[in-house]
Amino acid sequence: MDLLNAFVALSNFVLIPAIAYGSQLALGALGVTLIYGILRFSNFAHGDTMAFGAMITVLVTWWLQSMGVGLGPLPTALLALPFGILGCMALVLVTDRMVYRFYREQKAKPVILVIVSMGVMFIMNGLVRFIIGPNDQNFADGERFLISARDFKKMTGLEEGLAIKSTQALTVVVAVICVALLFWFLNKTRTGKSMRAYSDNEDLALLSGINPERVVMYTWLIVAALATTAGVLYGLDKSFKPFVYFQLLLPIFASAIVGGLGSPLGAIAGGFVIAFSEVTVTYAWKKVLGYFAPAGMEPDGLVQLLSTDYKFAVSFVILLIVLLFKPTGLFKGKAV
Amino acid sequence: MTETVKNTALFLGVAALVVITGFMQSWNSAILIVNMGLISAIMAIGVNLQWGFAGLFNVGVMGFVALGGLAVVLVSEPLSPEAWSAGGWGIVLALLLGAATVFAAVMATKRMPKGRNRALTVLVVLIAGFVIYRAVFDPNVMAVEAINPAAAGNIGGLGLPVLLAWPAGGLLAAGAAWLIGKTALGLRSDYLAIATLGIAEIIIAVMKNEDWLARGVKNVIGLPRPVPYEIDLQNDPGFVESAASLGLDPVTASTLYVKLGYSVLFTVVLLVLLWMAQMALKSPWGRMMRAIRDNEVAAEAMGKDVTRRHLQVFVLGSAVCGIAGAMMTTLDGQLTPGTYQPLRFTFLIWVMVIVGGSGNNFGAVLGAMLIWFLWVQVEPLGLWLMNVITFGLPEGSALKSHLIDSAAHMRLLTMGVILLLVLRFSPRGLIPEK
Repeated sequence: MDLLNAFVALSNFVLIPAIAYGSQLALGALGVTLIYGILRFSNFAHGDTMAFGAMITVLVTWWLQSMGVGLGPLPTALLALPFGILGCMALVLVTDRMVYRFYREQKAKPVILVIVSMGVMFIMNGLVRFIIGPNDQNFADGERFLISARDFKKMTGLEEGLAIKSTQALTVVVAVICVALLFWFLNKTRTGKSMRAYSDNEDLALLSGINPERVVMYTWLIVAALATTAGVLYGLDKSFKPFVYFQLLLPIFASAIVGGLGSPLGAIAGGFVIAFSEVTVTYAWKKVLGYFAPAGMEPDGLVQLLSTDYKFAVSFVILLIVLLFKPTGLFKGKAV
Repeated sequence: MTETVKNTALFLGVAALVVITGFMQSWNSAILIVNMGLISAIMAIGVNLQWGFAGLFNVGVMGFVALGGLAVVLVSEPLSPEAWSAGGWGIVLALLLGAATVFAAVMATKRMPKGRNRALTVLVVLIAGFVIYRAVFDPNVMAVEAINPAAAGNIGGLGLPVLLAWPAGGLLAAGAAWLIGKTALGLRSDYLAIATLGIAEIIIAVMKNEDWLARGVKNVIGLPRPVPYEIDLQNDPGFVESAASLGLDPVTASTLYVKLGYSVLFTVVLLVLLWMAQMALKSPWGRMMRAIRDNEVAAEAMGKDVTRRHLQVFVLGSAVCGIAGAMMTTLDGQLTPGTYQPLRFTFLIWVMVIVGGSGNNFGAVLGAMLIWFLWVQVEPLGLWLMNVITFGLPEGSALKSHLIDSAAHMRLLTMGVILLLVLRFSPRGLIPEK
C-alpha cells in the first residue's frame, strides 16, 4: 500500500506536471530546431513568437466567450487556436519578407541573423505588451479537472490523491497530434521531403530543383503553428504573461540543443529530458521518501535538492554537460 | 579630415540633445541621462571588446552587471562580526567544499581512463560532495539569516570605501567570466550565446534567493556614496552662499552638485577605459584579435592560440561590464536584484554597440549615449504621440485609454525598429570600424 501511495504521490507531483511541461517544451523546441535546420540560425525571437500567437488566441477566446460560444467541458481556447495560428503565420511571413529575406539573399553569417532576430524579438515583445499589456491574463475555461484529488481518493481508497488537470491532459493529447502531423508531413509529403533534403544538404537540394523560398515559407508556417500551439498550451496550463514566454527561451533552447539542433526527434526527447530534470531536482521528496523509509527513519528536511527558483540552473547545467561531452546532442544534430 | 568632422558632429549632436532636455525638461533629468549614459558607455565598451574586437557573442551582460552591483554591497557595507561568528565562516567553508567537489570531479574525469569506473567515481564524488556541502551550508545560512532579519540577515561587507568596489566589481565579474569561458568558449558561437544567456539568469537567481549574501529581494538600501549628501550641503553655509551667488536655491544646487560629482567620477573612469581600449585596439594584441575574428582558421594556422585569446578578451570585456555595474549600483545607492531585466541590461547594450558601430570604441560610446537618451525620451514622446493620434477620439473611450496606457511599451518597439534599420541600411554603425 505504501508503495502504491508513494507512486501516486510521485505521479501527482512529478510525473504528470513534467509530462505536460515536457510536451510544451518539446513543441517549442521543435520550432527552434526547424528554424535552425532550414534557415540555419538560432531564433531568439521564438519565445516572443509564442507569446504573439498565444495573445491572438487569448483575444479571440475572449471574443468567443463574450458571444457565448464555447466547447462545453473543453476550453474555448481550442476553438480560438486556429485563429491564433493564422495570426502568427501572418506575422512571421511578414517578418520574413521584411527582415530575414534580405540577409538570406546576402548569405549573411549566422551570427548576424541571430542579432537580427534579437531586433525582431524587441519588436514582437513590444507589440505584445502594446496590445495586451504586460500583466497576467486569464483565458482558461471549461472543466478544471479530469480527476480531482478528492474523487481519486474516494475511488481508490488511497491516502494520496491524484489530480489530473484537464489542461494537462489536453496538452499531452494536442502535443501528440501535432507531433504526429509534423512527422507525417516531413516524411510522407513532397514538401516535407524537400524540407528535409534542404536541411541535410542545401546545395544538393538546390541542384535537384527545390525552390528555397518555398521551403523557407513552409518552414515559417509550420513554426508559427507549433509556436502558437505551444504558447497556448503553456498559457492554459500556467497563465498567459508576456514576460514568461521570454524566459522560456532558455529551457527551449536547452531542449533543442540537448536533443541535437536540427533534429526534430531530438527536440522532443530534449524537451522531456529538461522538463523531467527540472521537476525532479526542484521537487521536495520528503513525502515520497517517507513511504519508503522504515518507521522512525523518515527524513526531517524537505529533501529538496534545489529550491524552485533555480530551475533555470537545472536546464543550464544539463545543457553544459551535454555540450561538453556530446556537442552534437543526444540525436546527432548539426554542428555547423 | 572629413571623418573627424563627422564624428565630432555626431557627438555634438548627442550633446545638443542633452542640452535641449536641460532647457525643455529640467537640468536634473538631463544630468541623470548623462550619468546613466556614461555608465552605459562603459558597458558598451565591454561588449565592444568582446564582439567588436573578437566576435564573441555574449548575451549575458546582465549577469556581469549584477555581479558588479553585488561587489558594491560586499565591499562597502559595514562589517558584521556577529554574522561572521554565527555562520559566515561556515558558509565560506561550505563553498570551498563545493568547489573542491567540482575540482575533484573534473580531475577524476581528466586523469582516469574512460570507462565505467570513471563514471562511477565521478558520480560518487559529486553526490557525496553535494550531501556534505548541503550539510555544512544549510545550518550556517540559517544562522546568518536569523540575525536581525528585518534590517540585515546577511554577511555584511568589508566596510571599505565605495570607490574600491568598482575595481572589485570588475574582478568579481572577471572571475565569473573565467569560469564560464573555460567551459563555454571553444564551442560554436550560438552555443556561447545560449550559455551566457543562461548564466546571466542563474546569477540573478542566486542574487535573488541567497539572502545571506546580499539580502536577496529584500534589497540592500542606503549604500555609502563617494559624493556628499544633499542634506549636508544644504546645511553648509559656504555652499548655500556660493549657490546663492549663482542664483540657485540651495535644494536645486545641492542635487545638481551631487549629480555633477557623479558625472565627473564616471567621466574619469570612462576616459581611462576608453584610452585603454583604444591602446589595446592599436596594439599588436588588438590586431591579432581582429585577425582571429576575421578568420579563425588562418589565425590558428599562424600559431595563435585562439581559445586562449578568446578567454582573455571575454574576461576583460566582462570585467569592464562588472565595473559599470558597480558604478550603477553606487549611483542608485541600493542593490535591487529584482530590477535586472535582460531586455534592459543585455539586449539594450547590444543595440548601443550595433548602432554606434561595432569594432569602434568611440562608436560604442556614441551609440550608448544616443540609445540611452532615446530609451529615456521615447516614453514621453510616445505619450505625446498617442495623445495626438487619439485627439479626435471621444473622451473616455476604451481605445483611447488603452492606447495612452500602452505608450510606455513603445520603448521596446522603437529599439527593435532602430536595431533592424541600422542593421539593414548601415550595418557598420554610425562610426564604422577603421
